[in-house]
Amino acid sequence: MQGTSPSPAGQQQHPIGLYLKVWALLFLLSVMSYAVDYFHLQGLLRWSLILLFMMLKAGLIVAVFMHLAWERLALICAIVLPPLALLVLVGLMASEAGHVHLTRLLYFR
Amino acid sequence: MSSLPATTASLVSSPAAASTAGLRGLVADWSSDRQAFQVSWGKAMMWIFLLSDTFIFGTFLTGYMTVRMSTTVPWPNPSQVFALHVGGADVPLLLIAVMTFVLISSSGTMAMAVNCAYRRDRASAARLMFVTAAFGATFVGMQAFEWTKLILDEGVRPWGNPMGAAQFGSAFFMITGFHGLHVTAGVIYLLVVALRLLRGRYENRGHYQIVEIAGLYWHFVDLVWVFIFALFYLW
Repeated sequence: MQGTSPSPAGQQQHPIGLYLKVWALLFLLSVMSYAVDYFHLQGLLRWSLILLFMMLKAGLIVAVFMHLAWERLALICAIVLPPLALLVLVGLMASEAGHVHLTRLLYFR
Repeated sequence: MSSLPATTASLVSSPAAASTAGLRGLVADWSSDRQAFQVSWGKAMMWIFLLSDTFIFGTFLTGYMTVRMSTTVPWPNPSQVFALHVGGADVPLLLIAVMTFVLISSSGTMAMAVNCAYRRDRASAARLMFVTAAFGATFVGMQAFEWTKLILDEGVRPWGNPMGAAQFGSAFFMITGFHGLHVTAGVIYLLVVALRLLRGRYENRGHYQIVEIAGLYWHFVDLVWVFIFALFYLW
């Protein structure tokens, strides 16, 4: 990332080639995640590949297209850390959903 | 300020705040030239807004996960539900794949628009923003087609569907509907900024950072689609 740091005025000027490369990479990752469905991959392989491609695409968009990679750490932390709280919610709701699923199997079938 | 002893520094650091109390003191405390993020207020506020939007979509997707995990009825297979009949065969998720590529392309043209804006090439920046908006409008059009097919042909309703778990419809319409609204709002936003850019409204500011801020919103819409595509359509 040499030569692509923002100027002191906070401007985000980066070579257009970088955007084109990331664009091509996003296309490739989308094709690969579509291929996961097209070739009917199942089980752990399917889920891990879907999540991997999802996180790679999200990371590229946020880091390069939204320029977060070149922002100061204070802003990066303020944007990236709070959504991690959602993981706690996901954990709580996953255990809740498992419980509801079991009670439905017991009483509503 | 840092060279002064701590006690002196605390005495002189905010004279306005020290001299007033009550509501005026509150305002003075929060406005005495403190700055945490070294970016313009517009950019900081857009990031904060996007952060709040992250929680909206995050809770939607968590709710979807909850109903999908807890239902005892099989979940409709998205790969078959969203298949298109092309050339005598069902191609799984074809429309969704095309929509994904359209949205990624729009993100690419938006990034180029931001690049042009920083090179002060406002004609090219505006042109690329119009292309981006056109991609966005195409996406919304395809989504309208998808909804129509699902409602009229497949009989999917928010309260039930012939293929399986009743929660499929409510989760689908809620999540993709909210995302579609964001794309629609983004198209309007991009058109407004591009027109103002062409008419020279931002000339007296000396920069076209507004294009980057609008770009942040647009890339976020693409970002949300990445998660919807993976978690709703592929899962």
